[in-house]
Amino acid sequence: MLLLKEQPGVKYRQESCPVLENRSMGPGFCRITLAAPAIASLVEPGQFVQIFMPQEHPHMLPRPFSVHKADPENGIITILVEIKGQGSRLLASREPGSFLKLLGPLGNGFPPPPPGSILVAGGMGVAPLAFLAESVKYSRTLLYCARTADLLICPEADFNIPGLQIMRATDDGTAGFRGTAADLLSGCIAEAPAVFACGPRPMLVAVKEICLKRRVRAWLSLEERMACGVGACVGCVVPTIKGYKRVCRDGPVFPAEEVILDG
Amino acid sequence: MDEKTANQRQEKIIAPDLSVDLGGIILKNPVLAASGPFGYGREYGELTNFKDLAGIIVKGVSLEPWSGNPPPRITETPAGMLNAVGLQNPGLESFIKDDLPYLRTLDLRIIVNVVGCSIDEYAKVACRLSGEAGIDGLELNISCPNIKAGGMAFGTDPAATHLVVEAVRRETKLPLLVKLTPNVADIGIIARAAEEAGADGISLINTLSGMLIDTVKKRPLLGNAFGGLSGPAIMPVALRMVWQAAEAVRIPILGMGGITTADDALQFIMAGARAVAVGTGFFYNPELAKVLKTGLEQYLKKEGLAGLKQLEGIARF
Repeated sequence: MLLLKEQPGVKYRQESCPVLENRSMGPGFCRITLAAPAIASLVEPGQFVQIFMPQEHPHMLPRPFSVHKADPENGIITILVEIKGQGSRLLASREPGSFLKLLGPLGNGFPPPPPGSILVAGGMGVAPLAFLAESVKYSRTLLYCARTADLLICPEADFNIPGLQIMRATDDGTAGFRGTAADLLSGCIAEAPAVFACGPRPMLVAVKEICLKRRVRAWLSLEERMACGVGACVGCVVPTIKGYKRVCRDGPVFPAEEVILDG
Repeated sequence: MDEKTANQRQEKIIAPDLSVDLGGIILKNPVLAASGPFGYGREYGELTNFKDLAGIIVKGVSLEPWSGNPPPRITETPAGMLNAVGLQNPGLESFIKDDLPYLRTLDLRIIVNVVGCSIDEYAKVACRLSGEAGIDGLELNISCPNIKAGGMAFGTDPAATHLVVEAVRRETKLPLLVKLTPNVADIGIIARAAEEAGADGISLINTLSGMLIDTVKKRPLLGNAFGGLSGPAIMPVALRMVWQAAEAVRIPILGMGGITTADDALQFIMAGARAVAVGTGFFYNPELAKVLKTGLEQYLKKEGLAGLKQLEGIARF
């Protein structure tokens, strides 16, 4: 059901979406698949959706989620949810067949990654980067990193994508390479034409530093608390060399050299 | 004539008139977008159908561009939110050049929220805006809790309120609303000061000053430390202050603070408001204007009332 009037230049829609599947991805995580034909047909990797809370919770803000997978042919999108507060707990408890109102796709998304690009995913940062990895056919490398093995919630089978090389790393060595995303990136960045990253702030700070030092172009996907999600309320800004920018509208993807992460 | 046509005809005859006169600003219905969350209208213009909204009070405009506060600027709270955006705005000239032309294309009343750090600045902005077509009124913001100078400093002192309203009144013939802060002991004294200085209406309430602390970082959660609390959590406070302001002044009142249903809006009107504005509520439901307008219409029909006038302040008599 399309609730939004179609306007030239406006590339997002409001849809009431049935939950098709809600699967646990280990303690504290779930993966929700929704029928969202309009959004699925428009969404680009790196964009996000605002999910409105069910009607019985009228006094909660919508929650932004990166689109993890999109299947425009079948009109389906998937999001990954880390259950850490009231909103995510509510969403995690939604049963298949129930409805959620979605607004999207929102934000700018990633530019197309050139062949040989490195994608750095820290924890839940895997959500938009798996989508980006799937969107191109040529070679690219996904560095999938977290503090410990349990936080690498997407199983190997999820990445059965031709031409994609995956390297895993955990800070404690419980899966893959022992070390941080930055350690792993430093070891393989030499040949890369570009880096795309999403993850916790300290990881993004490290990725930015490595890429600036090696003169490799990098794009960072940021997270910030949001209210409107469409750029009106200027609540979700990040400092950049060009002043405050809205994560929801001007981002969430920013060139690494523009964004000021420790400010 | 079949039953359906008969019903339609009857509905037409008793279709209630939602229009109100807010201090010289004629509104087709009493629902406005409050200053702030709606920005300068463009983004919500993509998102919603404006036909159920009577007008927009655009985000605060200052003489020079203001960059606003450092992030994080917002956080959710139980049935509400805290914000410390800090009146980020492109400045007067940029507003006139880039935003006003768009606003003029909308079939809406446009009220511009005016902010400043000094009486002179408020007066300059009001003067310049008064010369521009397409502006139906001004809302003097002497109540923002999120900026260090100006803002709330004026709205917490009756003498300062009088001075700034008087100075702006001299510069403009446009209908002039004055937006008051709830962070005062006696709202009636401030409202009266604004009325005596020439205000055409009173807007209230702005947000309640508040804060949260991040216990992991052991620091205030918001970049500005303090922010303004809004949303349904503050609705009873807002309603009480509208009631008190309505007792203190004769000029009409624009009530706001946590409205998310038509019943909320009715309560404000019954407390003494002529019209209502919605802010945070739009985040929960971008189609809220339609919900309010439809709900008000249904209430008037049910009560057999022709308009809202009879309900204004009715709970106080």
